[in-house]
Amino acid sequence: MRSWLTGERDGGYAVRMALLLAAASTMIVNLALIYFWVPTEQVMGVVQRGMYFHVPLAWVGFLAFFIVLIGSIAYLWKGAEKWDALAHSSAEVGVLFTTLMLVTGAIWAKPTWGVWWTWDPRLTTSTILWLMYVAYLMLRAYAPSPQQGARYAAVMGIVAFINVPIVYYATILWRTVHPGMVVGPAAESGSLDPTMRSALLFSTLTFTLLFAYLVSERLAIRRAFDTLVSVRYQERTA
Amino acid sequence: MKDFLSPVLAIAWKDVLLELRTKDVVVTVLIFALLVGAIFNFVFAPTEELIGLIVPGTLWVAITFAGVLGFNRSFVLEKDKGSLDGLLLCPVSRDVIYFGKLLGLLIFMTVAEIVIVPLFAVLFNVSILDIRIPLVVLLATIGFAGVGTLFSAISVNTRSREVMLPILLLPVAVPVIIAAVESTRAILEGSSMGIGRWVQLLVAFDVIFLIVASFTFGAVLEE
Repeated sequence: MRSWLTGERDGGYAVRMALLLAAASTMIVNLALIYFWVPTEQVMGVVQRGMYFHVPLAWVGFLAFFIVLIGSIAYLWKGAEKWDALAHSSAEVGVLFTTLMLVTGAIWAKPTWGVWWTWDPRLTTSTILWLMYVAYLMLRAYAPSPQQGARYAAVMGIVAFINVPIVYYATILWRTVHPGMVVGPAAESGSLDPTMRSALLFSTLTFTLLFAYLVSERLAIRRAFDTLVSVRYQERTA
Repeated sequence: MKDFLSPVLAIAWKDVLLELRTKDVVVTVLIFALLVGAIFNFVFAPTEELIGLIVPGTLWVAITFAGVLGFNRSFVLEKDKGSLDGLLLCPVSRDVIYFGKLLGLLIFMTVAEIVIVPLFAVLFNVSILDIRIPLVVLLATIGFAGVGTLFSAISVNTRSREVMLPILLLPVAVPVIIAAVESTRAILEGSSMGIGRWVQLLVAFDVIFLIVASFTFGAVLEE
């Protein structure tokens, strides 16, 4: 299919446009649901609507890093470039989503818990998770060659994901040693209202679609980059 | 088993021999750890009651940061003099090289810790006469050096390698650091509460990451 913007032939163009359309239309519905349809939570008030962004961002961030794990294992095993491209793209979008998750979490925490931040197991694990995948991206940027960067990053992609449950377990143990500071969001103590649950599920779907679109776009950029590198290489050797 | 062990020992012995002549790693780790201890002493100016709170943390910050410096050295020599290519030409599998390098680092770290831990005990006036202290130190060092060996083989090839290693290693080593600090604190306070679970965590971390690192080490070494 040809791009309407540049008129050039483009492989995954149709898929990307379909994903964009799906993500954009569900996002409009999603925002309407969050701001107009879902009832306001009694205790926390309007700020609780942040949950419909925060929780899906967290879920998609985790999904992204799981895809990084799959891509990394497949790349080390098979050596096919496409797996590395998938892991790389997913990691970049994943770091974006996790950053937003931490920011929305802090914004939600201030009015509900009275603090921007607390070192409870989930928050600590999220921070360490974020740090590890920022290191993953830095590793790529600092690698001597793209091929070596891809292999190093794949190793980090595997180690980081395996480490997440261990960090979580360690911080839970750590909390039991330092009691009296544990706070949990009130929304998670009781069961969720059916309307709220539906809105949350829809928002999760929306953000998953948005994630899929961003990754597909990032993959296209990566393909263009690889083509450019090989064209330059051919020009130099010709 | 012998086919595996003897090349591992040979690689480790090569590093020990080199270390005996240069004394690079052990001296770096030792002096740096002492410096961290001194700085922390000024930062917190601990009174008698506070010492129990800050000593375990200070000790492990010192060992961790000094360890990062030591791990950096491990592959720098291999890389700069081209001896890594020689290692790769050896008719042994990549995980043998991994365990050889790891064993070398473990020996250096243990030698440094044999001095650091009693020195901290003297300087901060705490008693460490407990059989569980060496156990915890050893388990934590195995996990820390296990990931450290893998990441130092990576970071040595990157730009600004001295920065890359801690950025990769420290977040991954968080469970080891937490477990080491908390179990050391419990032992120093004379309570045995929860030590078993921390030791379990350390063992689990060691086993998991030794396996993962030995599997992925080959991918790191390829040019």
